[in-house]
Amino acid sequence: MAFGEGRVRKDILRNGDVISAAVLCALGVYVFMEAREWSYYSEEGPGPAFFPAWYGAAMVVLSLALIATTVAGRRSAQEVDWYAVGRALATWLAFALCAALMGWLGFLLSFALLTFFMITLVFRETVVRAAVVAVGAAAGFYLVFPLALGVSLPVGVFGF
Amino acid sequence: MDVLNGLLHGFAVALQPANLFWCFVGCFLGTVVGILPGLGPAATIALLLPLTFKMDPAGGIIMLAGIYYGAKYGGSTTSILLNIPGESSSVVTCIDGHAMARNGRAGPALGIAAIASFVAGSFGILALTLVAPPVANFALQFSSPEYFALMCLGLALVVLLSGPSLIKGLLSLLVGLWLTSIGTDLFTAQARFVFGQSELLGGIDFIVLAIGVFAIAEVLASVEAGDKAQMLPVPRGIRNLMPSWEELKACRFAFLNGSITGFIIGVLPGAGATISSFIAYGIEKAFSRHPERFGQGAPEGVAAPEGANNADSGGALVPLLTLGIPGGASTAIMLSALVLWGVRPGPLLMQESPDVFWGLVASMYIGNVVLLVMNLPMVPVFAQLLRLPVYILFPIILGISLVGAYGVSGRTFDIALLVGFGLLGYVMVKLKYPTPPLILGFVLGDAMERALRQSLMMSQGDLTILVHGWISATMLVAALLILLLPLLARFNKARMQAIAEGG
Repeated sequence: MAFGEGRVRKDILRNGDVISAAVLCALGVYVFMEAREWSYYSEEGPGPAFFPAWYGAAMVVLSLALIATTVAGRRSAQEVDWYAVGRALATWLAFALCAALMGWLGFLLSFALLTFFMITLVFRETVVRAAVVAVGAAAGFYLVFPLALGVSLPVGVFGF
Repeated sequence: MDVLNGLLHGFAVALQPANLFWCFVGCFLGTVVGILPGLGPAATIALLLPLTFKMDPAGGIIMLAGIYYGAKYGGSTTSILLNIPGESSSVVTCIDGHAMARNGRAGPALGIAAIASFVAGSFGILALTLVAPPVANFALQFSSPEYFALMCLGLALVVLLSGPSLIKGLLSLLVGLWLTSIGTDLFTAQARFVFGQSELLGGIDFIVLAIGVFAIAEVLASVEAGDKAQMLPVPRGIRNLMPSWEELKACRFAFLNGSITGFIIGVLPGAGATISSFIAYGIEKAFSRHPERFGQGAPEGVAAPEGANNADSGGALVPLLTLGIPGGASTAIMLSALVLWGVRPGPLLMQESPDVFWGLVASMYIGNVVLLVMNLPMVPVFAQLLRLPVYILFPIILGISLVGAYGVSGRTFDIALLVGFGLLGYVMVKLKYPTPPLILGFVLGDAMERALRQSLMMSQGDLTILVHGWISATMLVAALLILLLPLLARFNKARMQAIAEGG
């Protein structure tokens, strides 16, 4: 094996297509195995396993085909701007945290915290500006949804 | 009910004060959404869907449709002034629209976009009015095998045109089919893929999936991109928005080209407004006596794509309303909205729910006029929206997403699902997996499984029932050919070119 070839192979394994195809292959296997637990065909016709067994198998075949074409095409991992991706993932993490805290803090408080976090840490604006927007946005949501439209929002331990 | 009587009945419905109000609200929101980059019509319709639960179905669909076609009007403003498409269907408008603006003709460019949108949009609605009834009559012959074949054909077209990788499109579709299988099997009450969670027994709510995959993913992708552009000044006063006589004369063929191309492409599932606008632009350039002017600010380079992306709306509603088959993400969400209201789109829609069908068609004629009036004198006002900082806009979209997901069932479990689907949508965007097949797989998966199982019950397990009738046989062969054709290098080259142009 030439010196550069091992590196190319290692790079291919880090390729997003290969990783995602491996995950989808695992999902296909799970779908197929799970479907085996149910009736495939009975006197009344096709059972609950009929459709999932076919698309589960198709998922395995197609994901293996994706891995094969990626490896055969020697498509290595593309350059990723991790700083930009980090901004997006930080936003998602804040969103996930806001969702997790919603049962305890309620919608208004957790949404205000999400807004504050995004403006200060993701968009790098001043703390004062972030605080004003966070409080204003939460107040706006309260006025529009529960008050004007009668839409109920999750309520926290503080009663709002 | 014949076409004329149906249309008159539709106008009686659409001209009711409440429905006129919803039409105006839809057009207004659509224009706003079209102008704001990073928030598409599919995401907006999904976000606002929970608010329409208590509405009358006619009023609800009139508003959602207003958002759908209104966004296409608004998208051109951002393309012309910022050189950033407000919508994917306005990508091609950037080329000559922004060039006109740089040449000091921003006003006429906006004017031409609005006039072309109005002319072609009206053509699209007229064609919808005339084409939908015969298509619905033809579809009355369909039974389970034909419906299964039709869904296979629609999904094959969506996969073909949704991205450069056919394998990724198919995998995206299969994930959609899996997600829709989660819950209780309707035939046998068997729980499938519920992971021991009782909340999943009723299945995953489409709105939660749509908001996650579109709205959250769009926000995350926009946060990642973080690009800012310099806005060109917007001319004030309607006189400064009117194109010259020479410019209008140069656009006369473009209006016709955009109208016909947009409607025909719109009827095809999966093709969508983005591809129709590029094809109309290509035709315009190919037949022009001065192709060298394209890219330098040719007015017909604005009129053709803007016309096509608006005529597309009428075309896209033909399969949705007459066959119950959506061709894209926005129409898929509109389909689930109709189902949620207890309305069944398909060949019997015109007879069973004339208020919804004809009311929607008539409201689109009204909406097109509303949009023209709204977009010509109000463009400078709407353009101010582009000055809204993203650090205010994005948290608000996330907040509305949370309210929308929670509003579906009042369960925090749905909010947890929303968070997961948001990440799924973002990962799909990053890895270039197309999202429309996933959404359509989710929307059609249940009906597709039911049609297949019913067909096999009818034939006692004989699969040849799917090709007994000429209609289903033709559609299944067409679907198979669509999926096999990319294996031919020459065809695949043309497909890749169309997709690359379509963005």
